[in-house]
Amino acid sequence: MNIDLLLFSVLAVVAVIAALGMLLSRNAVYSALFLILNFATVAVFFLLLGAPFIAMAQVTVYAGAIMVLFLFVIMLLGAEQIESRHRGGWQRPVAVFLTLVLLIESGYLIFVRSDLVGAVAPVASNYASPQAIGKLLFTDYLLPFEITSVLLLVAMVGVIVLTKEEKLRRKNTDAMENGKEEAPSPQGEGGK
Amino acid sequence: MVPVSYYFALSAVLFALGALGVLIRRNAIIIFMSVELMLNAANLLFVAFARMYEALQGQIYVFFVISVAAAEVAVGLAIIVAIFRTKKSIDIDEMSSLKG
Repeated sequence: MNIDLLLFSVLAVVAVIAALGMLLSRNAVYSALFLILNFATVAVFFLLLGAPFIAMAQVTVYAGAIMVLFLFVIMLLGAEQIESRHRGGWQRPVAVFLTLVLLIESGYLIFVRSDLVGAVAPVASNYASPQAIGKLLFTDYLLPFEITSVLLLVAMVGVIVLTKEEKLRRKNTDAMENGKEEAPSPQGEGGK
Repeated sequence: MVPVSYYFALSAVLFALGALGVLIRRNAIIIFMSVELMLNAANLLFVAFARMYEALQGQIYVFFVISVAAAEVAVGLAIIVAIFRTKKSIDIDEMSSLKG
């Protein structure tokens, strides 16, 4: 019991500090690395909650694939430091206030209004084994599973279309500019 | 095993931090990462509830949330790249016009 509590507290502190670090660091690359740390600690929480399959999916898909994509785009755009100089004036205190309201409200719902508090019983060792998850996924949840695959395909096609259209349009505007022999304008202006 | 309500509290804190990130940051990529943080907090809540009720359905939902998040990130980052190509910036304060 005590060792569990200790583990939970340490990991919770790490997760919150990583989230704060993501929020506050000026460099977007550091933000991404902090977010990876946060995802890793949440994966350990999943393990503690008896969800090994989800924990591994979290590490491979979130901390692996998604965050590598983020890092790739940050470095592709050279967007590490891009942030406006004026600091949003009144928006920041309002945002902090609204977040505090959200936090207090959820704390109230969790600890005061509900009777959910309490230790949970240990479960069978084969609870949430990959076999059980796979069986449920391919019987009861087969249709959502297939729809997810279609969704991933659509996302892939969408990404290709989004970038390809840009290329075609730029080629057209380049051709137009070359044809007219006009003074060079910034490339992005052609999209208007 | 710590009480499940501790996980609820942690999830609420992470969600609030993600919401704060969406509200105060100006960099579109960091806002996007904050959205991922909020999704992750919701996933933690799903798994905690699945543990509490000893039902696997919560974990199945987390699996779907993860795959939808992967699709969302791919499309969202492609949009950010497209915006950066035309505006040379991903500062959301610059994105105040609907056209061009």
